[in-house]
Amino acid sequence: MAAAFSIRGPHLQCHTCHLVVATPSVPDERLRCPRCRASIHRRKPNSLSRTWALLLAAIICYIPANLYPIMEVTTLGRTQADTILSGVIYLYVHGTWPLAVIVFIASVVVPILKILTLASLAFSVERSSQWRPRDRARLYRIVETVGRWSMVDVYVVTILVALVHLGSLASVDARLGAVFFGTVVVLTILAAESFDPRLIWDRLEGEPGASVVQNGDERDGE
Amino acid sequence: MSRLIFGDKAAFVIVPDLKLIGDGILQLVGCHDCDAVVEEPNVPDGGAAICSRCGSTLFRRQRRTVEFTLALVSAAAILFVVANVYPFLSFQMQGQVTHTTLGSGTFSLWEQGQHAVALLVALTTIVAPALQIGLLLFVLGPIHLQFSVPGAVTAFRWVEYSRPWSMIEVFLIGILVAVVKLSDMANIIPGLALGAFGLLIPVLAGASSFLDPEVVWRKIGDLK
Ligand SMILES: [Zn+2]
Ligand SMILES: [Zn+2]
Repeated sequence: MAAAFSIRGPHLQCHTCHLVVATPSVPDERLRCPRCRASIHRRKPNSLSRTWALLLAAIICYIPANLYPIMEVTTLGRTQADTILSGVIYLYVHGTWPLAVIVFIASVVVPILKILTLASLAFSVERSSQWRPRDRARLYRIVETVGRWSMVDVYVVTILVALVHLGSLASVDARLGAVFFGTVVVLTILAAESFDPRLIWDRLEGEPGASVVQNGDERDGE
Repeated sequence: MSRLIFGDKAAFVIVPDLKLIGDGILQLVGCHDCDAVVEEPNVPDGGAAICSRCGSTLFRRQRRTVEFTLALVSAAAILFVVANVYPFLSFQMQGQVTHTTLGSGTFSLWEQGQHAVALLVALTTIVAPALQIGLLLFVLGPIHLQFSVPGAVTAFRWVEYSRPWSMIEVFLIGILVAVVKLSDMANIIPGLALGAFGLLIPVLAGASSFLDPEVVWRKIGDLK
């Protein structure tokens, strides 16, 4: 069986368990990992177009997420709607400013930066950029890990809704903005997962070895 | 922590005598980020191999990874049950008191018709952490006791899939923000689950830093 795999040849890596296997000499669309049985692709399939589509959807949802209130707070018959930004301002005025800064970063800065960073990474790959691949790879790893912190506001709404339900005396209701905001967080997580950071390295010139282009790869032009 | 760094241009090492384990499986490790493939280096316990090409961590070696991870995950399981059963905050206003548990937050959202948000919160604070803890116990327990269980491969694959969706540390910040927002309005009393939550986060972080997936995959394979 070993003859079917080339020893010098290119390898495939399982996305799930990271097992390295030799590429079969006959291309197999439905290659399964011998160890964890996940399907193996050389690169995440349609990585760039998926990333773009998810980013575009995230940008579209980001606008109503900020315009619509995420919750309505009723105290003693008086109702007040809260958007993401007004929630941050409330924390700054009434609460403690460190918490306001954390929420501002998590809910406003992180989603915008995450969308912009992923878009520019995808763009740089599309343009076969040679610019500082190590830094771009690091940027991707940061974006991948900080995105989850945007969930803070969704959790705040959940906790307030669960705690404050005393009828007209005091109650909190979740509103449409929370739905859009949660959607933005999920879409950006999926976009980050769809982006294949190895594409950054595939487009480098003068790098032997790991960027061997495979038969059946969607980017045969190289 | 010692760092083991490969020589320059180790991006693609062609190894003269490949150790074939099975059909086409080579004793090579690959970088998850840039796909550089190298012969597996010897890394001392507690050390990490860093990709010379892109700088990401190839893998870490932990001493007794199965035992340490298993101990921490067992502690996490107990803390997770406590965190789910007891209320984490109570709200007191003009003589009326309401409590909230993890599940009741999701339930209230569902009742208000916010099904999508309720499902997202349930997934990230209950389902994904429960999967992480439960599946790790299911995989590591038998490995420690040296017997094989059917489904270990699928279970450990799902540990990997559910990892990005477990967000309990973010939830803790959410609790803090909620407490500050409500503090002018009413009395907030922290519950037992809040303490369990506070402990669960470092315990789970410790478990994931002790976990060496490569070793676990190999042990699953050996037991078959
Ligand atoms: Zn695999
Ligand atoms: Zn690398």
